[in-house]
Amino acid sequence: MNVHEYQAKELMRNFGIATLDGKMATSVDDAVKAAEELGGNLWVVKAQIHAGGRGKAGGVKIAKSLDEVREHATNILGATLITHQTGPEGKQVNRLFIEQGCDIDHEYYAGLVLDRATGKITFMASIEGGIEIEKVAEETPEKIIKVSVDPAAGFTPFIGRKLAYGIGMKDKEMVKKASKFFKGLYDLYVATDCTIAEINPLVTTKSGDVIALDAKLNFDDNALFRHPDILAMQDETEESALELEAAEYGLSYISLDGSIGCLVNGAGLAMGTMDIIKLEGGSPANFLDVGGSATKEAVEKAFSIILSDPNVKAILVNIFGGIMKCDIIAEGVVAAAASLELKVPLIVRLEGTNVNLGKKILSESTLDIIAAEDLGDAARKAVAAAKGEA
Amino acid sequence: MAILVGRDTKLITVGFTGKQGTFHSLQSRDYGTNFVGGVTPGKGGTVHEGFPVFNTIAESMEKTEANAAMIFVPPPFAADSILECIDAGMPLIIAITEGIPIVDMVKVKAALKGSSSRLIGPNCPGIITPGECKIGIMPGHIHMPGKVGVISRSGTLTYEAVYQLTSREIGQSTCVGIGGDPVNGTNFIDMLELFEKDPDTEAVIMIGEIGGSAEAEAAHWIKKNMTKPVVSFIAGASAPAGKRMGHAGAIISGGDDTAEAKFRILEECGVTIARSPAELGEKMEEALKARG
Repeated sequence: MNVHEYQAKELMRNFGIATLDGKMATSVDDAVKAAEELGGNLWVVKAQIHAGGRGKAGGVKIAKSLDEVREHATNILGATLITHQTGPEGKQVNRLFIEQGCDIDHEYYAGLVLDRATGKITFMASIEGGIEIEKVAEETPEKIIKVSVDPAAGFTPFIGRKLAYGIGMKDKEMVKKASKFFKGLYDLYVATDCTIAEINPLVTTKSGDVIALDAKLNFDDNALFRHPDILAMQDETEESALELEAAEYGLSYISLDGSIGCLVNGAGLAMGTMDIIKLEGGSPANFLDVGGSATKEAVEKAFSIILSDPNVKAILVNIFGGIMKCDIIAEGVVAAAASLELKVPLIVRLEGTNVNLGKKILSESTLDIIAAEDLGDAARKAVAAAKGEA
Repeated sequence: MAILVGRDTKLITVGFTGKQGTFHSLQSRDYGTNFVGGVTPGKGGTVHEGFPVFNTIAESMEKTEANAAMIFVPPPFAADSILECIDAGMPLIIAITEGIPIVDMVKVKAALKGSSSRLIGPNCPGIITPGECKIGIMPGHIHMPGKVGVISRSGTLTYEAVYQLTSREIGQSTCVGIGGDPVNGTNFIDMLELFEKDPDTEAVIMIGEIGGSAEAEAAHWIKKNMTKPVVSFIAGASAPAGKRMGHAGAIISGGDDTAEAKFRILEECGVTIARSPAELGEKMEEALKARG
């Protein structure tokens, strides 16, 4: 799960990380009022969307007067920003963050991620900040320093020093403040179950402060059960309505742009089914894993979600029953076809637990089903059906 | 005995008295696994489905001489159960539970280091030596005893591969699901090493996914150390970058963790690749014929 920058900063302040003062606004008038309340004579108007690259897309503007705050807020609020992370359709801006300005001395990069190879939480930091870290990694990898944290020892002071000196800080006070920042970021990461904590840029100011100027936090969905406060921060307008609806039924659904709707059990087999559709010359309309404990109702829901996509020209059901029983799927398919007036060809491949019972339920129904022998056969038949050759 | 589990395995289930724990424990017993009891704190001293229940893992080991534990504990408490197994010196831990927080698994991974325990999973179908011992949620009847080892990050894709093998009358030595999470107990290389040493295994199927570098590391290990043929499929060639494909571990984040990159590295390292998951059985048949 993602949160907005203003929410991330709220969490970071709880862990002693220095940020600038700011306020969230959902209207132009509120934006101006926020700037007034913050005071000073320099503000930054920032679009709040779940994507990086906002600055380049015109979503971050400096204002030197309240009139300029009004002008920028009017332009940004409601606009659709297209960045390298939003996809070509872009994202609409519904919230603004009005933040005080500051005198930047230098921009650094600081990030915390899981290093899967070692199973350790690992810092990445660089003297090159404010630009895409992927670019730094490609062009000047020597400018990125990595420090892993031993899970048993936790964050110890040398880690902060190693990082601060490693990104070229020299001043003793500055190193101290940076160390405090790194410790805060680690504590936040572990305490709130982050999967990514990225500060780009982390800045030093002319007045000698170390400040998180931007913040991107991503949380482990599997740990949200112990963080109701973070779950409450979820901005549903940033999520796909269909994906949220699917999740309510325990379905894992991701919309794609092809024409063959897929209903599969297991993430690996669901990906494999999409892959083989592509190899056979078709294109999948979605990823959908019904999971291991789906009910008849969940299968029905899966059909209605797949069919809500107007591009779907055929549906492929591919089930290899393990925990999931084939008869449950078959009952769901029959119920869905009855209630949804299925108009596209339906290709079904069942194997595994209770396969004979499942096949019997389907054959006894009045459904017009194209039965498939195996995975390859299923993919070929689905591709042909989607092209109108069935 | 193939690898890791066989007739000498004595199994207990942690979370035995729950619905899933009960069902799959009895399924394992019915398959022929030497199932000896379960652990549910607070229910120690009772009998469930004819098997003794213990309060602690240490006690269950003492009373039953169990040498393998299957974890069916809900995600919020599963990591703690694994840690309890490690503390008790349980030799083999198989964690079926899906959805354990990553931060919890980071602690488990650290505790495993230097311990006498091996963890398979979490978020995996388990492990089976056909005809001898089944620990997990896989459908037993699709398997057949034989000489091909199977290692996979995905449950249902493992079933798919096994089904294709059995349909061709190619049996399996042991099938291991290492799980779809970013932090797991056992990686591909650990299993490849065991299969390479196992006299009952002649060839290996390795099924990977997008995300992470485990397959690439395994490819380099195979090139250096493996004398037996390996056939591999990587799921997710059609997955878009940055989207989590069901498994927490299946998300493309950098450049080298795409299916395309993994296929390329595997091929460069002498692994036979199946571009389609429907070709795994066929490719293995060819590989076995070529070996003679």
